[in-house]
Amino acid sequence: MGDLGRISDEALIVRLQRAAFSYLSDYANDDTGLVADTSRQGSPCSIAVVGFALSCYPVAVRNGWLSRADAGARTLNILRFFWESTQSDASDATGYKGFYYHFLDMRTGRRVWQCELSLIDTALLIAGVLVVGCFFDRDDEREIRELADALYRRVDWRWAQNGSRGLSQGWKPESGFLHYGWEGYNEAAILYVLGLGSPTFPLTPTAYVTWQLTYQWENLLGRDVLYSGPLFTHLFSHAWIDFRGIRDAFMREKASDYFENTKSAIAIHREYGERNPYGFKAYSRDFWGVTAGDGPNDREVRSRRRDRRFFGYMSRGVPYGPDDGTIAPWGMLATLPFAAEAALAGTRRLLEIYPQVCPEDRFSSGFNPTLRVDAGGWLSEGWYGLDQGLLAMMIENHRTGLIWEIVRHCGYVRDGLKRAGFEGGWL
Amino acid sequence: MQNRRSRAKSDDEQIFLSRVRPERWENPEPRNRYDLAIVGAGPAGLAAAESAAQLGFSVALIERNRVGGNSLNIGSVPSKAIIATARVYSTMPEAEAFGAPVPNEPALEFDKVMARMRRIRMRISEHHSAHELAALGIDLFFGSARFAGVDALLVGDTRLHFKKALIATGARPRAPDIAGLDQTGYRTSATIFDMAALPKRLVVIGGGPLGCELAQAFCRLGSHVTIVQKDPKFLPREERDAAEILSWSLARDGVEIRLNTKVVGARRDMGGKTLKIVNSGMESTIQADEVLLSIGRVPNVEDLDLETAGVDFDTDRGIKVDDFLSSTNPNIYAAGDVCLELKFTNAAQSSAGMAVQNALMKMQQQKSGSTIPWCTYCDPEIAHIGLHVWEARQQSIPIKSFTVMMHDVDRSITDGQHTGFVKIHIAEGSDRILGATIVASRASELINEMAVIMNTGIGMRALAAVVHTYPAQSGAIVLAAQAYTRLNENRKLGVRRRGSE
Repeated sequence: MGDLGRISDEALIVRLQRAAFSYLSDYANDDTGLVADTSRQGSPCSIAVVGFALSCYPVAVRNGWLSRADAGARTLNILRFFWESTQSDASDATGYKGFYYHFLDMRTGRRVWQCELSLIDTALLIAGVLVVGCFFDRDDEREIRELADALYRRVDWRWAQNGSRGLSQGWKPESGFLHYGWEGYNEAAILYVLGLGSPTFPLTPTAYVTWQLTYQWENLLGRDVLYSGPLFTHLFSHAWIDFRGIRDAFMREKASDYFENTKSAIAIHREYGERNPYGFKAYSRDFWGVTAGDGPNDREVRSRRRDRRFFGYMSRGVPYGPDDGTIAPWGMLATLPFAAEAALAGTRRLLEIYPQVCPEDRFSSGFNPTLRVDAGGWLSEGWYGLDQGLLAMMIENHRTGLIWEIVRHCGYVRDGLKRAGFEGGWL
Repeated sequence: MQNRRSRAKSDDEQIFLSRVRPERWENPEPRNRYDLAIVGAGPAGLAAAESAAQLGFSVALIERNRVGGNSLNIGSVPSKAIIATARVYSTMPEAEAFGAPVPNEPALEFDKVMARMRRIRMRISEHHSAHELAALGIDLFFGSARFAGVDALLVGDTRLHFKKALIATGARPRAPDIAGLDQTGYRTSATIFDMAALPKRLVVIGGGPLGCELAQAFCRLGSHVTIVQKDPKFLPREERDAAEILSWSLARDGVEIRLNTKVVGARRDMGGKTLKIVNSGMESTIQADEVLLSIGRVPNVEDLDLETAGVDFDTDRGIKVDDFLSSTNPNIYAAGDVCLELKFTNAAQSSAGMAVQNALMKMQQQKSGSTIPWCTYCDPEIAHIGLHVWEARQQSIPIKSFTVMMHDVDRSITDGQHTGFVKIHIAEGSDRILGATIVASRASELINEMAVIMNTGIGMRALAAVVHTYPAQSGAIVLAAQAYTRLNENRKLGVRRRGSE
């Protein structure tokens, strides 16, 4: 574990938080402000990572890692890029109808890989846009606020409904709307709240209700939970919205809230680690974090008299799977605001036994000790921006609640929550 | 050896055909008027004919092809026989994990696999052979039927008068709308079991139950199988978790999965068949030696002159029936695939029984009142009964699922069959069971316990107290019920404790 094992909990999480934030700075393009999806050579920008980066600038200011002026300048650079970049139905535009393509060329900002115009990734980007729009509130930061407001107002959420009650996952100029939508509870709450809160092109109220019809309320491994398998789905929207004490109709019916639900999901992940039904190496109550992330790539290996099949980058889940013994090393620590004791116990144990999962104090995207590579387990190469951004935000929410506090005062988010039927608590 | 095999095939097939379509069959002299005339001798028609005959009614049964319908000839029976072989063959490499390694690389003889299938089909055909039906007093007519009025049918030139009629003509594989596929050639469930050799490369178009079952089975037998599904998941009727487990199971077996993908063209070339596919606007091709088309079934309503009989129908949805299975002609009923959304053998048989009761016994049995379980016979099997969660939520019924993972069930562990789950859906605030979804090695058997439970109205409290054998995979059902009672006892204790504080 090196010296990470000898420092206090607070010192440990601040050090890991700063390292996570530094990814967002180290892997940003100076001209466009775009941030790379991964640290790997030639990686394009993921617009979601930019959303996390924007959200983390206030964190950096508060922690003294960036001056307010520096953070403001970086923020402005990014907002100007998105405002001025090409919005059209051309196949190499940056965005269309206020939405943005999932992956962009780091230098030119144009669409790459024939990827989709992504609703959820645009929502994560816009969530970051709204954070900076609220945080930079001084007179000389007016352009940030104006651009943030304009970017949000430009998103045509109603168009994205394509005349239906629900919401597709995206659109492509080559083939139109993707024919699959949102099924089951997942990370999309932030998408619906932002879509509903729009003063210009809001989602119809039926969109949220239609999504909720697919929710599954289950008693699973001894706990009641609104089910979703991958750990990140219980965290993403919570990076921005403090769901403590506020409830929509579904949660009122269940006498719970989404914050409590994430706590239940974490308990289920731990319980699953403890039961370890498929006999993966290291799984325990303090070794968990099955989620979306990098994996060892498709391969079959005969290990410990069993045929094991491993997967590449994919969304893994608990308890229905898929599970190939790969965890996201950052996953446990990202649950700090919900289950601090479990998060720290697991993270410390992970760092003690497998210190290689945290090169340069930044967690890798995936680790699989069951698959032996050389002397140790399989480890994802480099870092992923989403992991670093989420971790930096969640640690801040645990330490100071800064992001939650900023977003609580965002009128659009409040409107979106109310239109989704949320009541009570800080609303 | 080859001759002996061919002879065996020929013998089995001849016996089979002599039962389902005897070569020298002479249609009987028709009676003046039948109590019930049935068009179609598939599962629904047979169930109706046997039921009505046993009740003492005069019955005419008309079949244009073979007795037994899709289920016996080209559906459930042959596919399950092939799946059984595929299961056995696929477990051989896993035998080592059980401490019983197979000494040599297991080999597959495809002609024997098919011969076994034909033998099984022949054996099962015995129960409903043409001669057996005649022995029951049923007048069996082979030939194409069409209505000649509101109370008469024509079979060839023979006119059959009836008091009541039942249309049970079933359904057939949906025709493709893929440019070039007709010319390229493809198989459906109707022809896949005629293959003489195992295809090296098989492309399955369609990710419904039959497509998934056969994709996995042929992959396990040794074909390189690609399954192309236009939707984002397999089995669109099933819940997401079940469909995803199936996806991973298919992938584990080596099936190449193409979701969100449409086949838009086909051509034949030197190397076999080439299919053009599109995924999110991106085109590519896949090669195949055989193509299996499994994109659903359409009801057989053509050539029946239904208008003459005053029977409304739709070429896509079939015969229009009310909840009592009566068509728009009150003397003509329908049952099975020709009128039901659930196109399963058990649903067909159940609806046929109801139609007979309603038509001949003046009863008022409603199809909406029946609880039909169904199953997709992949490994693991996926079975369901009753309401789905989303259906309950659409009806504003608060619903909660009690889930037990099969890897927590002792018998599943001992058998090395720990993939899957049992979910029992209840009306929240009560112990009333609304439905269940089971993913397990033998979900088709486990779901029948749920059928008994639901049909007898047993709730979770009573179910939790039912003693089962130990160890048994059905223990998962009891564990789910016990999770319910435990939770409620804890809540009561909590209330009492709070009350005494």
